[in-house]
Amino acid sequence: MGILEVKGVNKRFGGLQALGDVNLSVQEQTVHAIIGPNGAGKSTLLNCLVGKLIPDSGSVMFDNQSVLGRKPHEINQMGISRVFQTPEIFTDLTVLENMMIPCFAKRDGAFRLHALESLGHEKGIREMAETMLEEVNMLDKRNAHAGSLSRGDKRRLEMAMCLVQEPRLLLLDEPTAGMARADTNNTIDLLKEIKEKRKITMAIIEHDMHVVFSLAERITVLAQGTPLVEDTPDNIKGHPKVKEAYLGEAAH
Amino acid sequence: MLGLGKKDFSLLMLVLVLTMLAPFILNPFPEGSGMAQFNAGYPDLMQRFVIFGIFAIGFNILFGLTGYLSFGHAAFLGVGSYAAIWMMKLVSLNVIPAMIMGVIFAGLFALVVGFISLRRSGIYFSILTLAFAQMSYALAYSVLTPITGGETGLQLKSTDNPILSNLAEGEIGRASLFGLDMRASIELEMGNWLFTLNMGYYVAAFVMLIAFYIAIRIFRSPFGVMLRAVKSNQNRMNYTGLNPRPYTLAAFVISGMYAGLAGGLMVAMDTQVGPERMFWTASGEVVLMTILGGVGTLIGPVLGAGLIKYMENIISKINSDILHTWFAFLPDGLEDLVVTLIYPFIGKGWHLTLGIVFMLVVIFLPGGLVEGGQRIARLFGKRRKSEDGSSAGKTTPAE
Amino acid sequence: MDAIILQILNGLDKGSAYALIALGLTLIFGTLGVVNFAHGALFMIGAFCAVTLQRLLSLSHEVVDETRTDFLGNPLKVEVPYLQDWLGAETAAAVISWSVPLAILFSIPIMIVVGVAMERGLIKHFYKRPHADQILVTFGLAIVLQEVIKYYFGANPIPTPAPEAFTGSFDFGALIGMDPYTIIYPYWRLVYFAFAMIIIAGVFAFLQFTTFGMVVRAGMADRETVGLLGINIDKRFTIMFAIAACVAGLAGVMYAPINAPNYHMGMDFLVLSFVVVVVGGMGSLPGAVAAGFLLGILESFASMAAVIDILPGINQIIIYLVAIIILLTRPRGLMGRKGVMEE
Repeated sequence: MGILEVKGVNKRFGGLQALGDVNLSVQEQTVHAIIGPNGAGKSTLLNCLVGKLIPDSGSVMFDNQSVLGRKPHEINQMGISRVFQTPEIFTDLTVLENMMIPCFAKRDGAFRLHALESLGHEKGIREMAETMLEEVNMLDKRNAHAGSLSRGDKRRLEMAMCLVQEPRLLLLDEPTAGMARADTNNTIDLLKEIKEKRKITMAIIEHDMHVVFSLAERITVLAQGTPLVEDTPDNIKGHPKVKEAYLGEAAH
Repeated sequence: MLGLGKKDFSLLMLVLVLTMLAPFILNPFPEGSGMAQFNAGYPDLMQRFVIFGIFAIGFNILFGLTGYLSFGHAAFLGVGSYAAIWMMKLVSLNVIPAMIMGVIFAGLFALVVGFISLRRSGIYFSILTLAFAQMSYALAYSVLTPITGGETGLQLKSTDNPILSNLAEGEIGRASLFGLDMRASIELEMGNWLFTLNMGYYVAAFVMLIAFYIAIRIFRSPFGVMLRAVKSNQNRMNYTGLNPRPYTLAAFVISGMYAGLAGGLMVAMDTQVGPERMFWTASGEVVLMTILGGVGTLIGPVLGAGLIKYMENIISKINSDILHTWFAFLPDGLEDLVVTLIYPFIGKGWHLTLGIVFMLVVIFLPGGLVEGGQRIARLFGKRRKSEDGSSAGKTTPAE
Repeated sequence: MDAIILQILNGLDKGSAYALIALGLTLIFGTLGVVNFAHGALFMIGAFCAVTLQRLLSLSHEVVDETRTDFLGNPLKVEVPYLQDWLGAETAAAVISWSVPLAILFSIPIMIVVGVAMERGLIKHFYKRPHADQILVTFGLAIVLQEVIKYYFGANPIPTPAPEAFTGSFDFGALIGMDPYTIIYPYWRLVYFAFAMIIIAGVFAFLQFTTFGMVVRAGMADRETVGLLGINIDKRFTIMFAIAACVAGLAGVMYAPINAPNYHMGMDFLVLSFVVVVVGGMGSLPGAVAAGFLLGILESFASMAAVIDILPGINQIIIYLVAIIILLTRPRGLMGRKGVMEE
């Protein structure tokens, strides 16, 4: 039984079958990649996992609890964090404040009216945030505005904000999209480090095969909204069905 | 001190000193001199400074921190006023229960309006708040006349007999604080200067200090950071396990309570209220105040409120005769020309000046007067800044 | 039955004004992505164009009328419009009487100049700024414009009569075969409604059948792509803004006889027009027009004595109430598209 179990998920947009009978099982402490050509339904699937979309039918179980019908923040509180294609951070706030917000969310839940407490007195939260920043080598930038960071730093900050919550499942939506080779390699290293140090389960959607084969232990190939194969990277390489999906008719 | 950082504490102390000495500071010109008309140190105007200061501080907690632009905030001010005057009519002439009632009722009303309006964001939110406020105005004006007094509004009358007071038959009650009359004043004559120390003003100023202190605490609290997060990126907030809605609603209610407090204070000062207090132009005014002073800053809204009320009461009184005496030193033709050029901007035309200043601020100085001040300070204080090192850059967004 | 028709008719003129202002607002919002709080001021400027033309045409000088004397026996001095000297008494009187429709021609160049100046001078710099900033700066502009008008024209409403041919009312009931004197309707209101329909049809035809209109519609649907096509969108934006300004201005010109123009009429209408736009669905032109008429007519129904007896005050709040209900049940308004103004 995996930590994330997707069973028979269907999603239609008007006449378009975006997802057709998707089954997926992500095992605890593995890195599971979901790949597929454009329009294969990867993002739709991801949005169904985090509560942004609700599937027409099927079930999505996280740790034996259904996530369907829950709001994004509730799903996060269950232990699922998400990294976006373009880093989503609080650009108007400082790096340290960015980091403190998930710490508060972890301690206080979805809402708390701590209007008359002082930020300066939140020693525990501050330490938690600073430790995490230290870990991703950003402590020296803690007073900078997050909006002024480089793209790579924004990505690292976003990742750190997810990690500090100690999620049980980290979803990554094309974390290296639009990055230069060097940045991509840095990101791979960062993810590898996270994988080894923290033993966090990761589900990663990715175009870049280099990234996928450097990280993943299991790979699911989606095509036209349906999973084609699920296997280890070695078996996926050179799999005829996968070639077909990516190259289409030309493979025949 | 008081749970504030050093910088915030000095700011609070500065505001404390300024408000306590306002009757002197705002009356710099001797009586009878040509400049005396620029004196703002009379009780009525000073009360308005601090009351609208409270209103704007509260509005800024919503708009400055969360970025939700309410175009109907005057409704809460009005509800606070009506609640306060009923408290005075029925229960007690003491201003404290009146203000508390104002805060409670405005808060409840804000809870309802906010709960509905916050289901939308952006311009939809602005229109919803505007619609609610206009509805309140229209209802106060017409159907709710038994409660609101309709067009004429409500005031304390000789027939009112609050249970906790012992008024003589036919005596009109006066607002008081444990027996101290709000309208009591001490006049100090010093040489050619006349200073008026008014009880009502000091009560209002004290309330504003508390309101200001609470605002600083909110700005510097984890809650304040969450509100800025709402403005910055609601998507990330959701995916960080936080629910933006109750945070925004809490900010909306708090800022509605500030408006209610301001409304209650207004009644405490002049014991009357009319529906025009809720008209949308009144809501627009608090927007102007906050932006002019500096949105998202602590002291900005207070400055903006002061500036607008000063213009409304002082600039509007300048007429062409006064202009002519000022420019009498110029040759006749030139004098007339100068007066003609300036005249549209003063007196009844002060709104024109306000509109122009406001536009200039939005275009060139999005941080308002506070940003202007900072720019000037930076111009003169470059050397000092380099000495402070890192700490100077850190607090810029919320000064 | 007659009461219902009467209320529908009564709602038409206000509805026409709402629809025209909302149409311009939507054009500006849809193409330029700008929330223009100064749009009501354009409506007001239009109305004051009518006032100005009427005053210009009536400019007079004093002439001593030898045939008449005042009560002291001196020759009477009378004001004679210059126009009379040039055109003769009858023509002059006719021209002055027709000054409101003539102001349409007079106002178009003025509105174009005002619109272009506004867009080039101010709005253009706010395309990339947040909607809140756009609202604020145009709000400031609206204050400035209305204060300028107040300075020159004073604070009191200025009656601006319609041409004599259209003053008075006619029996609409008899016209459609009902009992006489059941539905009496002023001529000018019908003129206003017809005028509004022509303008609305004109704008839609323009957008539908010209290349320019096609580009504009494409731009409303997807701004980025149109920009990518290398079409000079800036110039078209300016033109669109000028057109929207004209629509508002013309709506104002013709409204002058219905409600004597005053300096705050723009803001009065703007607040309601924004509600109309939002109800119609931000960015939807048919939505704006439909909602304009719908709310105008609803407002007039709510003012019926029978309705007020049951729900006192409903006429004051009906528009806002409907707006709140629609916004909560249909978040994008009656005909709004997804994703508009939902940062």
